[in-house]
Amino acid sequence: MDVAIVGIGIHPFGRTPARSGLQQGAYAARLALLDAGIEWRDIQFAFGGSASAGSADALVNELGLTGIPFINVANGCATGGSSLISAFNAIKSGQYDIGMVAGFDKHDRGAFNADPKELGIGQWYGEVGMMLTTQFFAMKIQKYMHDYDISTDTLARVAEKAFINGSKNPNAWRREPIGVEEIASSMMVNDPLTKFMFCSPSEGGVALILCRADHASRYTDTPVYLKAATMKSRRFGSFEVFAPSQALQQVDGPTVDAARAAFEMAGCGPQDMQVLQLQDTEVGAEIMHMAENGFCAHGEQEALIQSGATHIGGSMPVNTDGGCLANGEPIGASGLRQVYENVLQLRGQAGEHQVPGNPQLAYTHVYGAPGISAVTILQK
Amino acid sequence: MTKQVPIAEGLFTWPSATPALLASRCKRCGIASFPVADSCMACSGQEVAVEELPGRGTLWTWTVQRFMPKTPYHSNETPQTFKPYGVGYVELPGGVRVEGRLTESDPQKLHIGMEMDVVFEPYRTEENGDQVINFFFRPAN
Repeated sequence: MDVAIVGIGIHPFGRTPARSGLQQGAYAARLALLDAGIEWRDIQFAFGGSASAGSADALVNELGLTGIPFINVANGCATGGSSLISAFNAIKSGQYDIGMVAGFDKHDRGAFNADPKELGIGQWYGEVGMMLTTQFFAMKIQKYMHDYDISTDTLARVAEKAFINGSKNPNAWRREPIGVEEIASSMMVNDPLTKFMFCSPSEGGVALILCRADHASRYTDTPVYLKAATMKSRRFGSFEVFAPSQALQQVDGPTVDAARAAFEMAGCGPQDMQVLQLQDTEVGAEIMHMAENGFCAHGEQEALIQSGATHIGGSMPVNTDGGCLANGEPIGASGLRQVYENVLQLRGQAGEHQVPGNPQLAYTHVYGAPGISAVTILQK
Repeated sequence: MTKQVPIAEGLFTWPSATPALLASRCKRCGIASFPVADSCMACSGQEVAVEELPGRGTLWTWTVQRFMPKTPYHSNETPQTFKPYGVGYVELPGGVRVEGRLTESDPQKLHIGMEMDVVFEPYRTEENGDQVINFFFRPAN
């Protein structure tokens, strides 16, 4: 039994003082129901998550008390991906015919301040100022630039592209293009990364309606099939965020593992993907994730990015909706935003940020603390 | 005399004439871990021995923290007195790569592969006057 996505809804990302995170989730859910031409009472089950905006299952207070199982998912940046895997399996198993996946969030301004204790790390680690995701990403790209000759100009070009794509996406937060020089010369945050090279915590909501593939035509003329949904945690030896130490022998991280598993599940390879949404917590992450997901060899990003290959009209379009850099990161909604964008792309409904050439296959990838990754492959 | 206390028990030998970082090494697979853990993340083994890590290693990667972190950051600084600080992973031969604060925060003076010494210095002073000692990595020579 294949699984189809037959309804999508989004609440614009950014800052919406007038609406709570939960209300933004409900807004997205109502749009997804409308898109599928159904009502909330038609939904048989739901999975959802929010990191900072309350319990996702409180959405039933907004949408209606119908008695369905609504299961909360909390998996950091992979919350949306994990909800999607759960829904995928619930339908694939034959238990349900149609259900919803929802994610929303509303974070305070400024960098996330994670609590060491929640991750089993001593309090000292936070006291001395190492409990920061931004440091990890900076140190990872610092090492990567050293090993694979990636230039600082290439870092800035990734952010430039994100803001260009954001300017074409009406649901994006940052909708003004920013020049390479301004990006490179903005305030240094964690060397070698400047202010405009990082995404910020933000707000937003996304909901998706999934159903048995053989029922999809009841709801839509443009079903998109979920060919793979995978999630992996870190293996011993990978270099991860919030790690007081790292093994001398390095192994591939969870992104590599989640990507491999997804390609195996979908029966296709990186060369078949026509639109890519890759976790871009900051510009270095996008660069490294291109190779970790299998789309190029380590070091090839320099030439690819400098040639414009990752732009919307390029041979390998990456983060066509502006990614985390232009949308910010509401943790519970971020992974589902990528899936929303790929459904738009495969339906041919992405407007100004539509990639040309009638794409058939699209890829999403998230990465987050404490070393987790989730991938999806969608097919038209 | 000012009392000096370690930032956490068991991270390093303290007090000691020759303080050192402490690691646990798995008796089954031989992998070392910092800080000391009851079980082995590599092989799930539950028998470990505690050992001292070498005092000199090489800088594996680094960054400079330019903004003052929110809590749980706990120094004696205020937003006005905050000074950027270096953070890096130092590869301690035969042991493990340990993440720690660097005594150097000038990016021009930091490069991957440089030799670093482990040093133990006051990090903050508590309200009762105790000096809290933390480990740092300092460029060798």
